[in-house]
Amino acid sequence: MKGSNKLEELVILSGKGGTGKTTLTSAFAALSDSLVLADCDVDAADLHLILNPTIVKREPFVEGNEAIVDPKLCTGCGYSANFCRFDAFRKEDDGTYSIDTIRCEGCGVCVRLCPASAIKFEERHCGHWMVSKTRFGTLVHAHLQAAGENSGKLVTLVRKEARKIALEEGKKLLLVDGPPGIGCPVISSVTGADKVVLVTEPSLSGLHDLERVSRLAANFEIPVYVCVNKADIAPKLTKEIEKSVKESDNKFVGTIPYDEALVQAQIKGLSPMEYLSAAGRNHIEKLWENIWETN
Amino acid sequence: MKIAIASGKGGTGKTFFSVNLAHSLDRELLLLDCDVEEPNVNLFLKGELVEQRDSTLLVPQVDLDLCDGCRVCADFCQFNAIAVIRGVPLIFEDLCHGCGGCTLFCPQKAMDDTPHKIGVISHYHKGKISLIEGRLDVGKALAVPVIRDVKGDKEVAKHPLVILDAPPGTSCPVVWSLSGCDLAILVTEGTPFGLHDLKLAVETVREVGIPFGVVVNRDGLGDERVVTYCQEENIPVVGKIPNDREIATLYAQGKIVVDELPHYRALFTQIWENIASLAKGGRYERVQ
Repeated sequence: MKGSNKLEELVILSGKGGTGKTTLTSAFAALSDSLVLADCDVDAADLHLILNPTIVKREPFVEGNEAIVDPKLCTGCGYSANFCRFDAFRKEDDGTYSIDTIRCEGCGVCVRLCPASAIKFEERHCGHWMVSKTRFGTLVHAHLQAAGENSGKLVTLVRKEARKIALEEGKKLLLVDGPPGIGCPVISSVTGADKVVLVTEPSLSGLHDLERVSRLAANFEIPVYVCVNKADIAPKLTKEIEKSVKESDNKFVGTIPYDEALVQAQIKGLSPMEYLSAAGRNHIEKLWENIWETN
Repeated sequence: MKIAIASGKGGTGKTFFSVNLAHSLDRELLLLDCDVEEPNVNLFLKGELVEQRDSTLLVPQVDLDLCDGCRVCADFCQFNAIAVIRGVPLIFEDLCHGCGGCTLFCPQKAMDDTPHKIGVISHYHKGKISLIEGRLDVGKALAVPVIRDVKGDKEVAKHPLVILDAPPGTSCPVVWSLSGCDLAILVTEGTPFGLHDLKLAVETVREVGIPFGVVVNRDGLGDERVVTYCQEENIPVVGKIPNDREIATLYAQGKIVVDELPHYRALFTQIWENIASLAKGGRYERVQ
């Protein structure tokens, strides 16, 4: 980033949940003087709890359709229910059918098949997305409705809007707080990004999940930087992770010790860089420098 | 009885709780690992592999001799998984949801459903515990069909007690994991992130419509707001597991905490009694 005017997009991922993606994002946010933030964990977004955003724009998010039976028109023949691959049809006491909106994937097969034309195909409201002002920079974030479909399209939208704003504002960094896992929301978070930071923890689960998300990032040929949080919980495993990362194409950028002060910072709604002691901050500053110096 | 172990936030201890609960019970039971993006249960169970098969999605294949390039399939597909280029349909298997619409509506009957591998279903066994694990292939996007395969396995109906380890979050993979379960246990922690995501998880479980209770993990870390929230919402707290570095160390090494530290076995036994009583609609009955 240093010396360059091009917008760089850095995505923080982990595979396993709860390893410290959002904590690290909020720390990095305080270390950059020219950024826009995107919270792509739209299922369970937490970054706003630290950034205390002032919402300046809020838009509904509509994605795809859902099939809805009109009970007045339904003859109860059950014809299209036979073709539903998602087991979404329910027979009601009065003999008509209804469709479980949670199970319905919005494919439209039943809508087209229903002999009585009793099934409507309506736009699906999945949540909303927001643009906010924060003390570190503009934040684009979203709220997916409980039990909503997360196909990755909301994630893609959040990133696209954040990128647009970053370019308009002439910022150097787009910092993305990613979701856990390796499925569609993660794929949508990482496609086309410039750098991926993987934050893991020294546990068998952390290691296992790190390996899977690394392979995913490798598919996209994006440079990967790995750090270990809570490193002193299992120092031997931390060493093993460090060793295996160094033997791979990925870069090892450092460790963060287990520190309950990080939880205290979260309770106070502060970035670690606004709360930790100089020694605590130093670990994170080093990671940050290593990410940009290994270019 | 089918119990789902879920949480909004990742890393609160779903797998830790599922695995240790299973080990504390000393009875025949089935574990389902539905966190198919990052399945971890067998790292702890270390069960013996009994059976393995592919998890597949039915995606269309085009017979180009029959296809006349009419575009009905591409126009119908809601997921943009088919593009017709110069009269030839191209199938994007990773976007396909496997609804079967294109095959059904093709006027030339030129399309056929073909299994497309997206993951692996494995059966493991150790002592009294059986495990069915779903594992999404790296690079595949859709977790739900793999979860459906785990839950739809013929073994599931044979077990009177099933403990399901759900994925994190609040969206479709969680909903598919929870649906059809008798009870959900939401594992959380007393941090602001834990509380915020617990509220989202509660909304989701209420949407699915099954009774639920909460386990506070790493109790002592953070503050009391999670417990206060549960009281205000009349959500039963069925157990609290202390914030103990010894647990973290054992867990990191893939060890079973209730086997290593007997006093935790007693704690899990107590939590199980609370869960059983919640399931029976006893004193832990959810108040609407």
